This record gives sequence, C-alpha cells and structure tokens, in this order.
Amino acid sequence: MIQVSHLTKLYGPRAAVRDLSFEVNQGEIVGFLGPNGAGKSTTMKILTGFMPASDGKASICGYDVFEQPLEVKRNVGFLPETPPVYPEMSVYDYLEFSARLHQVPKLQVSTAVNTVIDKVALGEVRKRLIGNLSKGYRQRVGLAQSLVHNPKVLILDEPTVGLDPKQIIEIRELIKSLSGDHTVILSSHILPEVTATCQRIIVINKGQIVAEDTLEHLTARMKKGLIYSMVVKNPSKEGLESLRKMDGISQVTAHGSKLAIEMKSGTPEIRDKIIEMAVQRSMGVLEFSVEKISLEEIFLQLTTIETSSQPASHSADHSQGAGV
Amino acid sequence: MKISLRNIWTIAGRDFKTYFTSPIAYIVIAGFMVIMGWMFFFNLSHFNMQNMQYQQFNMGKGVSITEGIIRPLYGNMNVIFLFLVPFITMRLFAEEKKLHTIELLMTSPVQLSEIILGKFFSSFLLVSIMLVLTGVYPIVLFATGNPELGPIVTSYIGTLLLSSCYLSIGILFSSVTENQIVAGALTFAAGLFFWLVSWATQSAGPVWGELLTYLSLISHYNNFGQGLLNTSDIAFYLSFIGLGLFLTHRVLDSFRWR
Repeated sequence: MIQVSHLTKLYGPRAAVRDLSFEVNQGEIVGFLGPNGAGKSTTMKILTGFMPASDGKASICGYDVFEQPLEVKRNVGFLPETPPVYPEMSVYDYLEFSARLHQVPKLQVSTAVNTVIDKVALGEVRKRLIGNLSKGYRQRVGLAQSLVHNPKVLILDEPTVGLDPKQIIEIRELIKSLSGDHTVILSSHILPEVTATCQRIIVINKGQIVAEDTLEHLTARMKKGLIYSMVVKNPSKEGLESLRKMDGISQVTAHGSKLAIEMKSGTPEIRDKIIEMAVQRSMGVLEFSVEKISLEEIFLQLTTIETSSQPASHSADHSQGAGV
Repeated sequence: MKISLRNIWTIAGRDFKTYFTSPIAYIVIAGFMVIMGWMFFFNLSHFNMQNMQYQQFNMGKGVSITEGIIRPLYGNMNVIFLFLVPFITMRLFAEEKKLHTIELLMTSPVQLSEIILGKFFSSFLLVSIMLVLTGVYPIVLFATGNPELGPIVTSYIGTLLLSSCYLSIGILFSSVTENQIVAGALTFAAGLFFWLVSWATQSAGPVWGELLTYLSLISHYNNFGQGLLNTSDIAFYLSFIGLGLFLTHRVLDSFRWR
C-alpha cells in the first residue's frame, strides 16, 4: 500500500530524513515512533505531497508521490501536527468544505459529512464555530477532516496530542476501528500511544530507522533478562543480601519497599523460590509481579547511541509510568 | 494539466464567505461607500456650481457630465481601491500559513494554480460587489441628467482591471509572509509605486520616461476614463494580473521545497 525507498530530505546541509525505506501493507496500523525532531513529520509531509523529497521514491496505492501527486492526495487523509482548521467556520461547514476539496461527488457531500460527524462524535458541536471549541474538539475536527472523503490511507501526525485521557482512549479506539478498511500511519513521541494502537512500530531517530518490528518482537529483542517486581513490608538488609546470593538473580535494587529483581537470561522458573526466600527472611511479601520491559526503555535504548548495555535497574519505576 | 472550475469555486466560495463572517467585508464596503458617497456629492455640487457660473457669465458650453463628474469620480475610486485592496488581500495566504490550513489545501487533490485562482476570484468578487454598489451614482446621473453611457462602462471596466492588478500584487505579497500586516504594507507600497512611477517620466529622459509611463498602472487607465477601450491597455492589465498570480505560484511552490 505504501512503499518508501531511500527517502532523503535535506534542509540545507542538514538531513531531516536520511535514506528512509519501509513498507506498509493494506489494512495495517503502523506507528512512527521517535523523539521530537526525528523526522516523523517531515516523512509524513513528503508522503502527503506537501513537500517534495530531496532524493528517493515513495508511492501510495501504486501512485508515485512525486509523479502523480493528485492521485495520491485523493487516496490519502492527512491530519497534520496542528489541525488545519478555520476558526471562523462552523464544524459542519468546515467538513463540507473539506469534502468538496477532496472531490467527494456533489450529491454525496452531506452524507459523507454526516457519517464522519457520527464517527468522530462531533454531533453536539456540529453547528458551533471551530474557534470556540476546546483543543480536544479541534483535534477531532481535524481527524474528521482527514476521514471525510473515506481515504484508503490515513496519515496522522500525533493524533492524540492535547486531548484528555478519556478523549485519548476514544480516539485510539476510533483509530483501531479503522484498521482493515484503511491503512494507517500515525506518529507519536509518546510510547503508550503506539503500544495501544499499532500493530507494527517503526522507530526513527535522527532521520533514520533504528528499528522496525511488531511490538512483541521488539520487546523480545531488547529484553536483557526478565525482571520481577516485589513489594515487601520489611526490606531488611540481610533479606536483600540473601536474595542477591540466589542462583539466577543478577541484581536486586530496592526503591523503598519496592524491589526490582533482575534475572540472568536463561534462568529457569524460580519465582516460587524467590518468594520462599522472602518469606523465610520474614520480609512480609505484599505483592509480586512480572515486569515487562516497557517500550520506553526500548525506545531509549534504540535512540540513545549504544552506550554500553544499560542495566535495566530503573525499570520498575519506568515501566509502570509507561503503562498508563 | 486541466484546471477544474469546481475546485476553484470551492476555494473562492469559502474565502468569499470568510469576508462576510469576519468584519472585513463590512468595514471595507462601508468605508468605501462613505468615501465614495462624499466624493460623488462633492463632485456633483462642484459640477453644478461650475455650470451655473458658466451660464451666468455666458462663457459658452459648460463642462460635460463625463468630464466634470464621471472622470474625477472613477479616477478617485481607483485611488481608494489602492488603499482598500491591501485589507482585502492581506489575509488570503498569510492567514492560511499562520493557521497551518495551507497544509490542508496543499495536501488536497487540488492544484496550486486552482488554489491561487480561487483566492483571486474571491477577492475579485468582493471588489465587483463594491463596484456594483457604486452603480447608484450613474443611476442618479441618468435620472437627473443626460450623461454618456460609453465612458461609464469603460470606467467600470478600467477600474475593475486596475483594482485586479492591485489584487494580484496583494495576493503575491500575502503568499510571501505569514504576517498579515507585512503583507498589507508591502501591497500598499508596491501599489503606490506602480501608481506613482510615471511621476519620474519627466526627469528620466526619453527612453526611460516612456518605459516608466508604460509601467505605470494609472497611465493605462486614462483611456478608460475617456471612454476608450484600448487593447494595449487591456493587454497590459491582464499581463500584470497574470504575472502577479504566476509569481505567487512560484513563491508558494518554492516554499514547499525549503
């Protein structure tokens, strides 16, 4: 559906995107992940025909982005970083304008607009001026705009930025429901965003792809060993010492009453033994859980230049933060 | 590539409506009508006084309506458009850039030339409405006197063409910046320059003088004011408009490459 090969975009001597190649299949939701300034927006602007690339090729639905921009634009819905809305227009008028701009046939315009208003739940504000709407609603109007002509490909640049948690969940559900019929690329620098919606993740940093895989594979690949998290009533020194001495445990870190127990890779199942030990040392086990390596760490590991293998000692705190 | 009228109309329609959902159209039209009304009244009473004096002192044939009212009235109208057009055009692209809505236009299956023509026609329509409203003066003249129709028609054609030149300058400068004030100021300055450029003809020597006269927007209007349609004047105005819109196209296209 989307093919990008050796895409390069230079701003003067600085490359915003360098030799980027990837593919997206029909019906897939792909997440573009990267820190600010990694080249996500640039790539999206090139794909949507907003700006030309300095080098390389890109095609959408079989049409070359540079050779046949109008055909590409007809098949693509784009939500830029800042929703491109006119504050002085009402939601309905704006979507109607957008539908006509995308050459929805005259007789189908009002149906298309009403459908998209229902889909994005804008019914309450359809007559209101966009300028008077909250950031969240504006974002949704922007999303509705990208959907109104029912495009095959959706390109969403940070679609949930500025929304409250409830709205974020709604938008995520909406995006998920689009998969199958639509091919979606969305970008984010927020990790849970991508974890929650995307089937495949492309991590870019400094204009280059540093990883491209499914979430599970990425996690597996980056896993440096399993981590258990244990909350105890009494994190005594000798208790910690004896845990550290156990076979298969590489490190135990305590943050107050919360212990992060890092296993050596390839260790057999010894959870029961760990708990037994904790009970023997009368540490008072309150909680025991398996800590997944969070995407945030993968992200950090991939985007910070491989400076030794970072111990995942801080994982317990971080991964919980990322799980929101 | 084929240009689609529907696309142009979609864009022109939205921009035209925006003039009326914001105060711009009302302020510009009201200001225009007040000034024009005053000028018409002034011209008319001056004309009456002059003709009365001619009759009183038996100085022969008085000044014709065309010479005494039509020419100064529409000549002044051109000056007023020079002042008002920047307010009409300054937002056309500058605002789109500021609001990032230019991204919507540029990623829609619409050609850049259609966008520019749409913007041009939205402002052209507003200027046309302003001109239609001034139709009340010829009506008054026809009701009370016996003016020539020809000069009135050519004055309207000339004024529409001349103000379209200002519009194309305005659209060009609006595409250069995302600051509306800057766009408006540049438009006014450039409009004034092309208007006053003929002032230097006397001191510029024969070749340059002729060139400067040719370049001056206002010197091409003189024939229209006298009831003459001259193809070279029409061609000049049309190429001026075309050049302005073409440069706008280049500016916006190069803006993408940066």
